[in-house]
Amino acid sequence: MVSVLAAAVTAGTPILYATLGELFAERAGILNLGVEGMMLVGAVSGFIATVHTGNHWLGLLVAMVAGGLMALIHAVLTVSLQANQVVSGLALTIFGTGLSAYLGKSMIGTPVPSPFESFELGFLSHIPFIGKILFQHDALVYLTYLLVPLCWYYFYQTPSGLNLRAAGENPGATDAAGLNVNRIRYSAVCMGGVLAGIGGAYLSLAYAPSWLENMTAGRGWIAVALVIFAIWDPLRALLGAYLFGGIEALGFRLQAVGITVSPFYLKMLPYLFTILVLILVTSSNRRLRAGAPAALGLPYEREER
Amino acid sequence: MMNSWLVNRFGLRIEKQIRVSPWISLLIPFTSIVLALLVGAIFLSLTGNDPWKVYGVMFKGAFGSVFGLSESVVNAIPLLMTGLAVALAFRMLLWNIGAEGQFYMGAFAASWVALSFPHAPTYLVMPGMLLAGFAGGALWGLLPAIPRALLGVNETLTTLMLNYVAILWVDSLVYGPWRDPQGYNFPLTAQFSSAAILPTLGNTRIHAGVFLALAAAVIVHIILKHTVWGYEIRVIGESQKAAKYAGINVVKNILLVMLLSGGLSGLAGYCEVAGITHRLQESISPGYGYTAIIVAWLGKLNPWAIIVVSFLFGGFLVGGYTMQSAGLPAATVSILQGAILFFVLAGEILTRYRICVVERRNDR
Repeated sequence: MVSVLAAAVTAGTPILYATLGELFAERAGILNLGVEGMMLVGAVSGFIATVHTGNHWLGLLVAMVAGGLMALIHAVLTVSLQANQVVSGLALTIFGTGLSAYLGKSMIGTPVPSPFESFELGFLSHIPFIGKILFQHDALVYLTYLLVPLCWYYFYQTPSGLNLRAAGENPGATDAAGLNVNRIRYSAVCMGGVLAGIGGAYLSLAYAPSWLENMTAGRGWIAVALVIFAIWDPLRALLGAYLFGGIEALGFRLQAVGITVSPFYLKMLPYLFTILVLILVTSSNRRLRAGAPAALGLPYEREER
Repeated sequence: MMNSWLVNRFGLRIEKQIRVSPWISLLIPFTSIVLALLVGAIFLSLTGNDPWKVYGVMFKGAFGSVFGLSESVVNAIPLLMTGLAVALAFRMLLWNIGAEGQFYMGAFAASWVALSFPHAPTYLVMPGMLLAGFAGGALWGLLPAIPRALLGVNETLTTLMLNYVAILWVDSLVYGPWRDPQGYNFPLTAQFSSAAILPTLGNTRIHAGVFLALAAAVIVHIILKHTVWGYEIRVIGESQKAAKYAGINVVKNILLVMLLSGGLSGLAGYCEVAGITHRLQESISPGYGYTAIIVAWLGKLNPWAIIVVSFLFGGFLVGGYTMQSAGLPAATVSILQGAILFFVLAGEILTRYRICVVERRNDR
C-alpha cells in the first residue's frame, strides 16, 4: 500500500509539471495542445545533454530551454499571428514527436551516467506512513512540493499573477488597463513549455532513466485533461496528478503480483480513467466550468476591441 | 502604431480583408512546403546530414519511379479517407483527433468478419467486412460524440485517449487470442482467405480501396456543398450560436458527423487489412490518423484539395521509408510535416490582412 502510494507520487510528478505548465498558458488564455511534443523534446534534449556532460542538472536546464523554445513557436503562431490554437498545438505535438525521434535515434539503449537519485529528506522521511510516501524521492519530486504552492501564490496573490489571469479572462480590458496582453501571453506560454520540458526530463532522467521513442505515452495529453479536472487551480492539479500516478502505479503493481488480466488492459486504465474523469467533472458540476478562463482559445485582436 | 510607421516610411498600409484572392490560397500551401523544406535543410545540415542527398533520396523514392509513384498512391488511400474524416468534423469545429483509433477499430471489425468466416464467398465476406469496418470506426467515433453532444465534454481529449485504447485493444488481440499459431510468435493474425482480399491494379499494391477513397471524396463534397445537412454542418462551424438560433439541431449533427467521420476512418482501416496486410497486425498504421490532420488543414478542409494533398503526403511517407533504408530515421518526415503545418498556420494571416500602397502625403 505504502509502496503503491509512493510510486503514485513519482508516476504523478512528470504529469504534474506538465499540468502546471499548461495551467500558465491556459490561465493567460492560450490553449496549447502541444504538451506531448514539448515533453518529448524536453525528455530527449535533457537526456542527450546529461549523457554528454554527465551532469543531470545541466541536462534539466537544457530540457527547460528546449521546452520553452518549442512553446515559443506556439506563441508566435497563436499570439502574434492569431492562428488556430487547436491546430497549432497539434502541429507542435507532431513536430515534437518527429524531432525527438530524430534527435534520440542514436541514443536508444544508452544509459544515463548520473540519473536523479532518491534520497531521504532529513527527519521528514522518518514520519510514519507519510515519510515513506512523500519524502524518499529525488530532488525533482521535492521541487514540486515548493512549486505547487508557489504557483498558487503567484496566480492568486501577486499583481503579475492577477495580470496573467486577466489576460485570459478579458484581454480587451487588460489591454485598456495599459498592460501588454501579447507580452503576458508570450511569457505564460513559454513558461508552460519550460515546465513541460522539466516533466519530460523527469521521465528520461529520473522516472525511467533512458530514452525511448514516444516515451511520454500520452502523458502530455493527460496533463491537458488534468487542467480541466483541476478547474485551472494548481492545488487541485497536484491532487489530480497523484491520482493518475496512482492508476499507473496500480497497473504496474497488479502486473507484478501476477494478476491474470492482460497487461494491455491494464495499460488502458489511465486513458479510460481520463475519459471518465472528464465526463464526471464536466457533467456533475456545470458550475465548476466557470473555472475556465473566459477568453481561452480566442485570439486577441487589438483593433476589434 | 505599426501602421502609421509603415505609412510614413514606406507608403504601405496593412488592412483587414474579407475576400481572399484565390492566388493567395494557392500560394500559401506551396510556399509553406518550400519554406518547410528549407528549414528542414538547414536543420539537416546542422545535424550533420547532406540535405540535398536526403531530399534526393526522398523524392526519388516517392516520385522517381513507377514503383515509387504506385507506393505513394498506396499510402495516399488511408490518408485520403482519414483526411476526409477529419475535415468533415473540423468543418463544424468538432476536433476529432481520434481518426487513428477509429482506423484501428475499423481494421479490427473488418478482420473479425474475415477471420470468423474463412470459407465465405467474396460476395458475402467483402460487403460484410466493408460494413463491419465502417461500423467499427463509426461506433468508436460515436463513443466520444455522445458525452460531447449531451454534456459538452471536450472531444479533443476523449477522441485522443480512445486512440491509445484502440491500439492497445488490437495489440491485446494480436499478442493474445488472435495470434496466428503458425506465425512464429509474431504479433499478427492468420492470413485472410483469398475471398477477403481486395484486388490490386497490375503488379502494384494499389488496391480497389482507391476507388472507395475517391468515392468518399465525392460523397463528402456532395454532402457539404449540395445538401441541407452539409449546410447545417457549415453553419454550426461558423457559429454554434447562430445555428441554434436558426433552429438547427446541434446535438443531432454532432452525433451524425462523428458517426460518419469515424466510419470513414474505419473504412480506411478496412482497406488497409483487406488491401495491404491481408491480416490484422501490430502497429497497422504509421500514424495515418495524425497525418490526416495536417492533410485536412493543408487542403483547407476541401475534399478536392485533400485528394491532391494526400497524394503528396503519401509520397512523403514513402520518401520516409526510403530514407530509413538510407540510415535516417523515418521521423524526419514528421519534422517536415509539422513544419509545413506551422508555415501554413503562419501564412493564414495573409488571408486576413493585406498590404496595400497608400498615396504619399505631400504636405510633409
